[in-house]
Amino acid sequence: MTVSARRHVSASPEELFDVQLTVNGAAQRASVPARRLLSDFLRHDLGLTGTHVGCEHGVCGACTVLLDGRPVRSCLLLAVTADGSDVTTVEGLAEPDGTLSPVQQAFQDCHGLQCGYCTPGFLTTITAGLRETPNPTRDDAREMIAGNLCRCTGYLNIIAAVLRAAELSDGRP
Amino acid sequence: MKPPPFGYSRPESLDEALRLLAESGSDAKVLAGGQSLVPLLSMRLAAPPQLIDINRLSELAYVRTDENTVHVGALARQADVEHDARAAGVQPLLRQALRLVAHPTIRNRGTVVGSLAHADPASELTAVLAVLGGAVRLASARGDRTVPADQFFVGPLSTSAADDELVVEASFPGRPPGTGSTFVEISRRHGDYAICGVAVCVTVDEDGVLQAGRAALISVGPTPVVVELGDVVAGINPGGDLSDVHDAVWAAVSPEADIHASAEYRRKLAGVLAVRAVREAAQRAAA
Repeated sequence: MTVSARRHVSASPEELFDVQLTVNGAAQRASVPARRLLSDFLRHDLGLTGTHVGCEHGVCGACTVLLDGRPVRSCLLLAVTADGSDVTTVEGLAEPDGTLSPVQQAFQDCHGLQCGYCTPGFLTTITAGLRETPNPTRDDAREMIAGNLCRCTGYLNIIAAVLRAAELSDGRP
Repeated sequence: MKPPPFGYSRPESLDEALRLLAESGSDAKVLAGGQSLVPLLSMRLAAPPQLIDINRLSELAYVRTDENTVHVGALARQADVEHDARAAGVQPLLRQALRLVAHPTIRNRGTVVGSLAHADPASELTAVLAVLGGAVRLASARGDRTVPADQFFVGPLSTSAADDELVVEASFPGRPPGTGSTFVEISRRHGDYAICGVAVCVTVDEDGVLQAGRAALISVGPTPVVVELGDVVAGINPGGDLSDVHDAVWAAVSPEADIHASAEYRRKLAGVLAVRAVREAAQRAAA
């Protein structure tokens, strides 16, 4: 499209869409433009800054959330598309009293993080991964986290944390 | 890294989606899984004036398997097809290839039909459709038509679908008895775009001797490159000398260089991977 056509589009006020979804068990609602990414919707519109944004084009996995129980990249979803769905972010993993989930506890036990920027994406990915593969082998663990980048740890302690989380949850993540 | 503004509509039925497509013509882009489209928007490599979001068309979220064919609707996620036991029974190549498509997290959202409609030269699924001789069904307000794979992919990121047409279904022929398939590829990291990949189907007789074969290669041409291997594999023991397979595939492709690999390396890889794939597919056919 031409530059003038693009100017024309941005000059008109953007239409807003009502988005209602359940986030960590609570009903949430906001009016946003269609181009609002789910990652920005969670962070900016709902103030849930636990979901981190790394590459913002689907490569790093830091923004992974659970959409109706399945891990997805929140930076690759429009918030309007997620209307009506059930989202779990890293804020929703611990018990209401603050007790860490098995995956979170395992990350602490195994020193599975350093700077922590990528950690929310690992925690959500592994939480869902252990539901599908409750007793992972080391190779299963590697494959489970293959879509998430961590620049600090070298992954070894994260793999250890996957195996430890499986032990801790004893087949019931 | 934010998408530019665009008009947005979210049809509730196929008829409404087709009407919207007919009205917007080339201004509209269809949003299904969005695993290719959303990053293109965010990186501002694409700026379609209008997005038509088909995620409400649950009527298209199906994987239907009959004796001879796997039918995949436009809203079936890649993970749904990958985990569908009946689909894997009728056509094992689908699952074999889907495991190489990005990562599970992406496959939870991405759709099989969306990958075909996007027609990336590195897309595994284009080669699956091509090697199996599958087809897509296109719908528009004007009517439906079925287009075979060899007429659907016309260039990098382009298909023969018209602006007002929606790809509503892909159909993948099932595995005939005595045949085996596999998908092998080389990429820098698991889940990355392949530097070269090859889907192969072969037929063997009861002694395990090759009778027929066909390959489709990705990342070595603008569209999946189909190579008929019937003449070069007929009567050959898959454990023996397959240098004719290598040579036939090597001669059939003319890849381009990029930052990941030279053209010469890609071409070499095509031949080597094809041999590897034929051996593996033959083992599966005999099993």
